[in-house]
Amino acid sequence: MTMKLAENIYENVDQIPTRFGYGDGLLKLGEMDERVVVLGADLSSSLRVDLFRDAYPDRFIQTGIAEQDMMCLAAGLSLAGKIPFVSTYGVVCTGRAWDQLRTTVAYGNLNVKVGSGHGGISVGADGATHQALEDIAITRVIPGVTVIVPCDYHETVKATIAAAQIEGPVVIRFGREKVPVITTPETPFQVGKAEIYREGEDVTVVACGVMVYEALIAAELLAQEGISAQVINCHTVKPIDKETLIKAAQKTKAVVTAEEHQVMGGFGSAVAEVLSQNVPVPMRFVGVQDTFGQSGDPDVLMKAYGLKAENIVQAAKEVIKIKRGG
Amino acid sequence: MEESKRKRLQELARTIRCDIIKMLEAAGSGHPGGSLSAVEIVTALYFEVMRHDPQNPQWPDRDRLILSKGHACPVVYAALAEAGYFPKEELLTLRKFGSRLQGHPDRKKLPGLEASTGSLGQGLSIAAGIALGFKMDGKRNDVYCLMGDGELNEGQIWEAAMTASHYKLDNLCGIVDHNCLQIDGWTCEVKNMEPLVDKWKAFGWNVLEVDGHNIEEVVAAFRRFKHTHFKPTVIIAHTIKGKGVSFMEDNAAWHGKAPNREQAALALEELCGGCC
Repeated sequence: MTMKLAENIYENVDQIPTRFGYGDGLLKLGEMDERVVVLGADLSSSLRVDLFRDAYPDRFIQTGIAEQDMMCLAAGLSLAGKIPFVSTYGVVCTGRAWDQLRTTVAYGNLNVKVGSGHGGISVGADGATHQALEDIAITRVIPGVTVIVPCDYHETVKATIAAAQIEGPVVIRFGREKVPVITTPETPFQVGKAEIYREGEDVTVVACGVMVYEALIAAELLAQEGISAQVINCHTVKPIDKETLIKAAQKTKAVVTAEEHQVMGGFGSAVAEVLSQNVPVPMRFVGVQDTFGQSGDPDVLMKAYGLKAENIVQAAKEVIKIKRGG
Repeated sequence: MEESKRKRLQELARTIRCDIIKMLEAAGSGHPGGSLSAVEIVTALYFEVMRHDPQNPQWPDRDRLILSKGHACPVVYAALAEAGYFPKEELLTLRKFGSRLQGHPDRKKLPGLEASTGSLGQGLSIAAGIALGFKMDGKRNDVYCLMGDGELNEGQIWEAAMTASHYKLDNLCGIVDHNCLQIDGWTCEVKNMEPLVDKWKAFGWNVLEVDGHNIEEVVAAFRRFKHTHFKPTVIIAHTIKGKGVSFMEDNAAWHGKAPNREQAALALEELCGGCC
């Protein structure tokens, strides 16, 4: 069964930044659960947490530009019964404050949520310093941390709300730029459950984040060449939905992963860890290939670093060729 | 302070020192120097200052201690066992496989531990977060955070120092176990932190200085903290690393080395005439 997605994906698709989903999700959470508090490190409007700040000023904590302190403050707030959302750029909250996330939050199994913004190369003109391309790898490697990479605005809203209902550390990764809205408020979303967005027979494309859209476009392009591609939105990188991945690999016997992230240790690696041990099939990883980004227009960068539908198409053809003994 | 109370606390401090030596000898590794220097501070907190209930470690109205200098956990383990959080025999499992007494505190395992610490510099932020949470809810609980002086090298301590004064966390009390030694030697030579009192004052804190081995002075400082409003308090406790064991005192070599059987026997002889 295929999921109910937005109707206009393939032409004139709506575009909204996923960070707006984080901000709106927090705003809803503010009303739903008074234990929710939000911490910001001088990036309130950029992360869209100004919405929460203005609606619930008593539950917004400004830490200034001090992310290590912010992560542990959140840890303390969780110990006082709060559900804190730490909000800043991905390179900072998962990188600079990694030890705080690992040792204080995750090892302590504390109920801290991390809103990891500006994920991926599509951050654009700010350049490599601000493009989080390692965050999935370095957070998913920490025991007990849930890592979610929602594909669009609606899914980011759902992921943010769902994070508050999970006991324990959760990282939600979202981006800066406008990206296609491919789901609807009604599209099913469950943490840990990958969704098949398109059925297919010849190859499976497993994607997270904005690459789910590129995978859907790639499937359309492949269909024009008579290749049937299955598309899976695997928004939860950890804990990963092994069952859905194994079934898909058993069915199509060729898999392409797609992520706006380094391929080393990231999302594709997570999928490969499952498949190589259960149903080894030819794989290709679409993602940033072990290099830093640079300044540029987001779309130019996505093309330059091989993160477009045509790259998925190429990878799909390669794995199908290998599958067929070529 | 009444004579009887003072004697009782001093006796508890002596017992805790003996337990530290016995635990570390049994473990074969660990950190005696910074555990022994903090004995009076920890004794004062658990047996005179903090509201807590060993029979109900999760009692919501308890005060909290965050041991930011996590390597000094033997002193806290000994105090928790003495207070009745778990059987004293368990102290001898320190650092052993399967033990609840991990080499650095694991809050998930042992009742009475509030945070998993050991990565230095993070405890003051944790404590500030708890204190801030209590303030938001109008709770009156106090939060204590024990830091090492070497630990003050960590930049995050000073981030937290700014946060705590910004939010006027007068329910937060930091204690610096100022024993002047860290692994590589005298703190002033590794990285000079002076003028330490002025630094904390400049960061907006109420600063108190005590002889960290005079239990009356330590308790009195905690009382003054409770009467301080609109700013966090830090107690600079002047201590001696390895206090109570002559060959460990003021000796950085005993930062992270356990006594062998003969050394432990010698230490216990000094501490209590080998009575325990």
